[in-house]
Amino acid sequence: MDWLGILISGVKIVVVFSSLMLGVSIMTWVERRVSAVIQFRWGPNRVGPWGLLQPIADGVKFIQKEDIIPTDAYVPFYLAAPMLAFVPAAFAFTVIPFGPDIDIFGRTVKLVILDMDGGVLWGFAATALGVYALVLAGWSSRSKFSLMGGLRSSAQMLSYELPLVLSIVAVVLVSGSLRPTEIVARQAGTIWNWNVFGGGAQLLGFILFTVAGYAETNRLPFDLPEAEGELVSGYHTEYSGMRFATFFMAEYINMMTSSALAITLFLGGWHLGFPVPFTGWPLWILEILAFVVKLAAFQFLYVWVRWTLPRFRYDQLMDLGWKGLLPLSIGNLAFTAILVAFGIVGK
Amino acid sequence: MERIAFCVLAVLVVASALVVVRHKNPVVAAVALAFNLVGVAGLYMVLHAQFVGLLQVIVYAGAIMVLILFVIMLLNLLEEAEPHPAGTFQRWLAPVAAAAFAVTIGSALWRSNPPAFPPVPEGFGTAASVGRELFTRFYYPFEAISLLLIVAMIGAVLLSKRRLP
Repeated sequence: MDWLGILISGVKIVVVFSSLMLGVSIMTWVERRVSAVIQFRWGPNRVGPWGLLQPIADGVKFIQKEDIIPTDAYVPFYLAAPMLAFVPAAFAFTVIPFGPDIDIFGRTVKLVILDMDGGVLWGFAATALGVYALVLAGWSSRSKFSLMGGLRSSAQMLSYELPLVLSIVAVVLVSGSLRPTEIVARQAGTIWNWNVFGGGAQLLGFILFTVAGYAETNRLPFDLPEAEGELVSGYHTEYSGMRFATFFMAEYINMMTSSALAITLFLGGWHLGFPVPFTGWPLWILEILAFVVKLAAFQFLYVWVRWTLPRFRYDQLMDLGWKGLLPLSIGNLAFTAILVAFGIVGK
Repeated sequence: MERIAFCVLAVLVVASALVVVRHKNPVVAAVALAFNLVGVAGLYMVLHAQFVGLLQVIVYAGAIMVLILFVIMLLNLLEEAEPHPAGTFQRWLAPVAAAAFAVTIGSALWRSNPPAFPPVPEGFGTAASVGRELFTRFYYPFEAISLLLIVAMIGAVLLSKRRLP
């Protein structure tokens, strides 16, 4: 057996998931600080410098809290639901390439955990399974708020999965591959080569993907499953302590995964987008940093949109999904197909 | 390695199938069916048919099962108090059909008994190879199935839009 290969894979998994968890804890801080700036408040600024240690304080508080299980709850599903939310969210991240191939210890290491031919489909499959967590959490709590939240979320995710997938299909059409590393490799060079611009002419596709991605991750303006004014807090109303925190972390990981997918498919992945005069390890580090910066910018956009736009009404949400985004994404797909057929974009 | 994966998945598939049939709570049965579908997708993966396996998870486990779960939750079905009242006809037919199926599969396995699976050709099971097969060798069956799906869809729309007297 190739022990070094297994070791390298293990190191990649540990590094990626610890960075993800670190990102989640930073995001909980960023969310509150940025929302505070938008609303002319201070936000959490007491724990550590600029309140940076606030996530640690929160973690300690969550662990100490009493773990409440409602009397009528269906216990197996009630306990499993937070895990079912967390695992698929993290699974989808494994196919995201976060850097170039690097040469280390005399062998080439790809900076992606799982480099498979159907990588894009793997991402879909993992996110598609995330719905179960919300549905089961809503059902097993035996609370009307939770149940309504669970039903809404499943209806919303099923409706917005169609424009999401169709906008990705257009990218696949342009790239001629379902392998994320190949999709990224096609976008090398200048910014113009990114799929969102000249590389794939997917500006509309990118907008559709982003909007549908916000709905898939249940973020404002599409956070109907947990609309506080109507549903207390939706499918996780009955959860407390660490189980609630697990749902919360799953939401942030979902945001990271959907941003990373958008970067990989539309925004050139880890490519810098401009030429630099050097190669070798400084370039690798710069390219990994480019990925991190793009991811951070996308996360900031998530927070910015959340604290700027009001929430949709449920019928408006369904109208937008089925009558707005779906026809647009089908049109985008047909248009892209024509462009590819005439050899204007794609290989 | 593949043998271990196969054994784990086979146990998962058989056990979840038993839960689907035996459990009294419809939501538990539906979730067990989802596990079953994911397990079968894993079996496809073990057989190097990764595209079919991934589609199985996306379409069946990710979309169709969620719809089924949705309907069960909307109808608010409670646990069944007693076993489903099956007719005597079914009660006798089911074991006979199961036995006939087992004998057919068993005899087929007994007669063929290949020493090992043939080596997998290059690019087997990828989206490209499945697509090529679909649009060349299996073109007419493929089109027939899409026609069937359209007929079913139109039928569903007609039935749901019918004005009741």
